[in-house]
Amino acid sequence: MKIRAARHADFVEVKVLIQHEMETGLRKDEATGRLIPAHFIELVEANLNNRTVLSMQWGVAVAQNPYLAFRVSNSKPGDVLVINALDNRGESYHGEVILS
Amino acid sequence: MRSSTATLGLLGLLYSRLACAFSLVWNENAFGSTTASAAIEAAGYGSAVDHPGLVLTAPELAENGAVVPIEVESRIPGTQSIALFVDANPNPMVAEFVFTADTPPYVSTRIKMASTSLVRVLAKTSSGVWQASQPVKVTLGGCGG
Repeated sequence: MKIRAARHADFVEVKVLIQHEMETGLRKDEATGRLIPAHFIELVEANLNNRTVLSMQWGVAVAQNPYLAFRVSNSKPGDVLVINALDNRGESYHGEVILS
Repeated sequence: MRSSTATLGLLGLLYSRLACAFSLVWNENAFGSTTASAAIEAAGYGSAVDHPGLVLTAPELAENGAVVPIEVESRIPGTQSIALFVDANPNPMVAEFVFTADTPPYVSTRIKMASTSLVRVLAKTSSGVWQASQPVKVTLGGCGG
């Protein structure tokens, strides 16, 4: 997971990239003719100094290698922003950044 | 057979333990709905009316439906959450974002569109549920196959 945070006048803009296939479960494997099983991130959360500031649920229509940008107000330099994600197979993803 | 059932059970248990760390529960009904109206209802965003304070930025024409950039900002006071739907997708619900006092209601992401469709964004606010929408023309569908 890659996270970048940039401080603006009123907020910090956070940009997140997560490597994930986000497989829909609707595509066929051309070799076997079988459906490729769904594999996608379902839950994502952003925490600022251990407090949840943004909660998300995603479906299969979030694009492959998901990109997300959001804004955090009321932060100060040194605050720790953590992103946690969980996919439908129970695999978890984690990233963090110290705000400038 | 028995061991694979046991493995599935263990995985299920592991998943539910991990999911407990998240404040939202994945809404299987809403994401599994096959029409926009059913998905919107199941997600709890029913009976929305258009509001100019809900701003959806999407391309008029997307050449590649696999990666369509979408940006949403709500200027409606007391906005608690925003949900995104693509009417013509096999499962119209795309995502829901629940904001707090520390996150102004803004989000930018990239979504998949199977074909040309209306893209809808709905916002839950202290004054009710509001909507904004825009048609997006897709040249090459994004669900492959």
